[in-house]
Amino acid sequence: MILDFVAWMNELPWSIALRESRYVWPWVESSHVMTLGLFVGTAFVTDLRLLGWSLKRVRVSEVTDRLLPWTRLGFAGMFVTGFLLFFGYPERYYHNLFFRIKIILLIVAAINVFAFHRGIHKRVAEWDLDPKLPRQAFVAGAISLSVWALIVVTGRMIAYNWFECAIQPQPDFVNWFAQCDGIIKELYGGT
Amino acid sequence: MEPEETWLWLFEWFEYTTPGIIVRESVWMFPVIEAVHLLGLCLLGGVVITVDLRMLGLGLRKQTISELATNLQPWLIGAVVLLLATGTLLFLSEAVKCYYNTSFWVKATTLPVAMIFTFVVRERVAVNGGMDTSTKTRVVAAGSMLLWFTVAAAGRWIGFS
Repeated sequence: MILDFVAWMNELPWSIALRESRYVWPWVESSHVMTLGLFVGTAFVTDLRLLGWSLKRVRVSEVTDRLLPWTRLGFAGMFVTGFLLFFGYPERYYHNLFFRIKIILLIVAAINVFAFHRGIHKRVAEWDLDPKLPRQAFVAGAISLSVWALIVVTGRMIAYNWFECAIQPQPDFVNWFAQCDGIIKELYGGT
Repeated sequence: MEPEETWLWLFEWFEYTTPGIIVRESVWMFPVIEAVHLLGLCLLGGVVITVDLRMLGLGLRKQTISELATNLQPWLIGAVVLLLATGTLLFLSEAVKCYYNTSFWVKATTLPVAMIFTFVVRERVAVNGGMDTSTKTRVVAAGSMLLWFTVAAAGRWIGFS
């Protein structure tokens, strides 16, 4: 079903126009990269605070109240430009190893954000300026920092075609994980 | 019209330095170094934006500008060092391509300006910065954002040509 949806999206006139455009594509991609500074950048600053590696005299609640809106703005930018990038090459990215790893990592990052805000952050007033933050806050910062870093790296790797389904042979794991079957049949025919 | 090629010999020499050759001949080194360069961009962007927002009277404004700037200074320096190290390796591996690349020259000229502006002009304003954001402080913050934005955007654009 998802495969059909992606195949349908792939043939939409706007999708074709986007991947064939000479100027729009690089502009969307650059915007995606430039927004990293705002989104991942301010998220990193928050993580540094949670890890106790910087801004130790700034209240955690001030960071989540006053810096987080900028992080959210950055995320909105990342999401819109990221969706457009996917919209340009739906089939190719859907079957891209790094894209799939990135989506899984995004889900992990989202769970971490959710757990932090529903968990230890509810009682932030109790530990706002503690010299040593609660363990859950430290762990949330550590997970956030490493998972977002991996998301940036895997996102960059999507552009490289080392494990592209269309370029065979690939290791069995890649063909299985990226569901290369459909793509291979379409390109080479047969089974 | 033929471009001026006065310094081409130097860029050819860069391209054939040992690190240049190693990075260019490896399949995975360029992408990996590039990804680390991007992580440096994230860190630099975050630190610069956090302090610049403060200087504009936005974001973390419950402490003095100097407190925020001093706190984040090691991370600013760390990000710049990481970016320069990875950026140099990327450059050496394709120096001749860069020589003919307009975006590279935009970056090569704005980068030193951004560095001097950050570590001389902005630093002086930030270290003495209290709670209030004067016009001068705000202009410096806007200049900092604009300069780094140009450096980063030109850097991304090197890859498109």
